[in-house]
Amino acid sequence: MTPATHLDATFSALADPTRRAILARLANGEASVNELAGPFAMSQPAISKHLKVLERAGLITRGRDAQRRPCRLEAQPLAEANAWLETYRRYWEASFAHLDELLEEMKAQEQKPAPSNRSATKRKR
Amino acid sequence: MTRTIGNMQLSTPGDREIVMSRVFNAPRALVYDAFTKPELLKRWLGVHNGWKMTVCEIDLRPGGKYRYAWEGRDGMKMSMGGEYREIVPATRIVATELFDDPWYPGGAVGTNTFVEEGGKTTLSMSVLYASKEARDAVLKTPMEQGVAAGFDVLAEILKG
Repeated sequence: MTPATHLDATFSALADPTRRAILARLANGEASVNELAGPFAMSQPAISKHLKVLERAGLITRGRDAQRRPCRLEAQPLAEANAWLETYRRYWEASFAHLDELLEEMKAQEQKPAPSNRSATKRKR
Repeated sequence: MTRTIGNMQLSTPGDREIVMSRVFNAPRALVYDAFTKPELLKRWLGVHNGWKMTVCEIDLRPGGKYRYAWEGRDGMKMSMGGEYREIVPATRIVATELFDDPWYPGGAVGTNTFVEEGGKTTLSMSVLYASKEARDAVLKTPMEQGVAAGFDVLAEILKG
């Protein structure tokens, strides 16, 4: 898988609420299919299907123990997806913090019908 | 997948889209002005981490063009532009967007909508890329070093 395809697999695997819940459960430690199926109103085959998607996306690995085959969360793909979101979010959050300030200034100016010289100068660049 | 942080929401619905929404404590006419008047837009858009907006030209009408450029520390530069497709004053702006030095194939179409309720305005920004490959390339944007995510951060994502 190319890195971009890999990340896309992460995002589509995360798009499903059951799969997110499974990952949240695995964040607390490894578990077998039986243990995972417990809290969900779902058959074991249905859970297994979700686990296959997660495994293909590299979000989980399965143990070798033939009886239990415990599932384990793999942090790397999630960390990659999260790093992108963090970067994107920080860019916009910084921009929007400036916009918040600007809007406060604009609101204050609207409340003063006669614009002062100071604000008129300030709006020139 | 949707992430909520403070009053900002980020989601990736479908294969080609990235959507972000944010609430501003101001009437939509003011928020709209801040998005469409160059002297106002220059004060905030892309202003982060030492970057400044140096060029902002806007011809706000369907078919009209716009052009933005930024300068960062150490003389780094970034610029983009596009054409307006639809303008509904204080309500909706649809425009194409293309970076001068694109790192993803094809252009994109951005849609900004402004909805006011009780004196607050919800902005929704959607960017629809030309292809799934383009959206994926954007998702890999190495704008800066990604942060290392521990299990606590992962738990936060998973809640979304």
